[in-house]
Amino acid sequence: MTLDLLQNPFFQRALAAALMIGFANGFFSGFVVLRKHALSVSALSHTMLPGITLGILIAGALTQLSAFLGALFAALFVGLGSVAVARGKRIAQGTALAVLYTTAFAAGVAILPHLETRQELEHWLFGEILAVGTTDLWITFGIGTLTLLTANLWIRPILLTLFEPNVAAAQGVPVRRMQYLLFTLLALSLVASLQAVGCVLSVGLLVAPAATISLLTDRTPLLFWGGGILGAAGSVAGVILSAALNLSAGPTIVMVLGGLFMLAWLFSPKYGVLVPGRR
Amino acid sequence: MSEPHHSCCEHHDHHHELVVQGLRVSYRNTVALKDINFATSCGNRVALIGANGAGKSTLIKAIAGLVPRSRGSIHWRGTTVRRWSREFAYLPQREEVDWSFPITVRGLVEMGRYPQVGWWKRFSRTDDESVESALETLDLKDLQNRQIRELSGGQQQRAFLARAIAQEAHVLLLDEPFTGLDRRAAGQLGELLAQLAHEGRLIIASHHDLGSAPRLFDEALLLATHQVAFGAVEHTLTTAQLETCFAP
Repeated sequence: MTLDLLQNPFFQRALAAALMIGFANGFFSGFVVLRKHALSVSALSHTMLPGITLGILIAGALTQLSAFLGALFAALFVGLGSVAVARGKRIAQGTALAVLYTTAFAAGVAILPHLETRQELEHWLFGEILAVGTTDLWITFGIGTLTLLTANLWIRPILLTLFEPNVAAAQGVPVRRMQYLLFTLLALSLVASLQAVGCVLSVGLLVAPAATISLLTDRTPLLFWGGGILGAAGSVAGVILSAALNLSAGPTIVMVLGGLFMLAWLFSPKYGVLVPGRR
Repeated sequence: MSEPHHSCCEHHDHHHELVVQGLRVSYRNTVALKDINFATSCGNRVALIGANGAGKSTLIKAIAGLVPRSRGSIHWRGTTVRRWSREFAYLPQREEVDWSFPITVRGLVEMGRYPQVGWWKRFSRTDDESVESALETLDLKDLQNRQIRELSGGQQQRAFLARAIAQEAHVLLLDEPFTGLDRRAAGQLGELLAQLAHEGRLIIASHHDLGSAPRLFDEALLLATHQVAFGAVEHTLTTAQLETCFAP
């Protein structure tokens, strides 16, 4: 049965997509974990739903492109907007983000009943990786390459910013620009994972891998590369497992990654709660 | 301790001077700091002394380029410091740092080299050597693979100093470095700052303990949102001036 499946082009594309999305998002989960930014990502992911409805409203139909562009626009608008609002220092970025994303979400919910495409929208909420087409694969590949390259080029100033923005600024790092860059990269990664795991579950892919690795090592670079490898392996395993157990692929991927996190939390040699003598 | 690997005064007849003129910092309509005028040079340890809210941290941050200066200028070694200088290192208050950040002591010190190495280039042998040497100078060699939360308060302070030294900073701007340290750690840090100053660095630190100031610093700047006095520590910390500074 497995061999049959492996020759199935839908399944092949799903595996390729899982590998690429899993790696890129696993890599970026390093930034999310370092910034203790999981809730922000959650907010951004929820923003993609009103983005998709906006895309449908403007384009008149739910297509790959309208959904992608709508989601990207909304995530960027809310993400970068929150950085801009927090500039004044009066409003914390988390506060700004909460206000902006709930407002966007509310707008999406208000528009939704007036659209004809409510059924198909479910794909975008929870993902449908088996429906990934060749074009989608190329889009995923393109976004993944772009975001990974950019992140690697700027990883030092980004890390300095994440660790201590004041020390970074005193070293001449353009801290504000790095924050905009980071949010842009996160928004792009979220949108790239839309097809695989959907709006709601995309957070799992963008947090769990590095959260798991952070329980296993104190070396910063390993968070990124380890997160990428774990994300890719977990996603591929999720797709295969979902076929074997006849479950939906997106949720299975997230469950696998969540399960690995729980294992690390319990048994990590240094930080595991069940390991005696841990520090 | 190892031999000093870097000194800013070794090859110069004159001392490098830091000159602050007419400095003012305001947040919207509130003046946080005004009329700051002083000049000092490398080799000195300068204490910024004043009550809470007197502007100690603000002055440190203004020199580091972290808060915009609304008026005045800063000159270092004869050139105007527009916003920040690579030769300045800012060491934040310990409570401002996220110690749970997954980074080792060595990783933290390596961060100090990033501006020298550039955003893209690999670490050269020189870079590795400065990291090694900074770790050695601050006696952190054995702790280099520890996560930074696993250090004591004094060791954490030393890790940031090592980072500043790896950065080859000449001016160290420290925000309340002695706060929260026990006597022994405070004593060690005091010796360390003396050594770093002796090697030719300029140390500027906010400090709230008047009792220990004469022992730990050469010069003092008394602050009460404006400059009350500046000079050698024993002349500056007089009863009359302290009364102006700490008057309710």
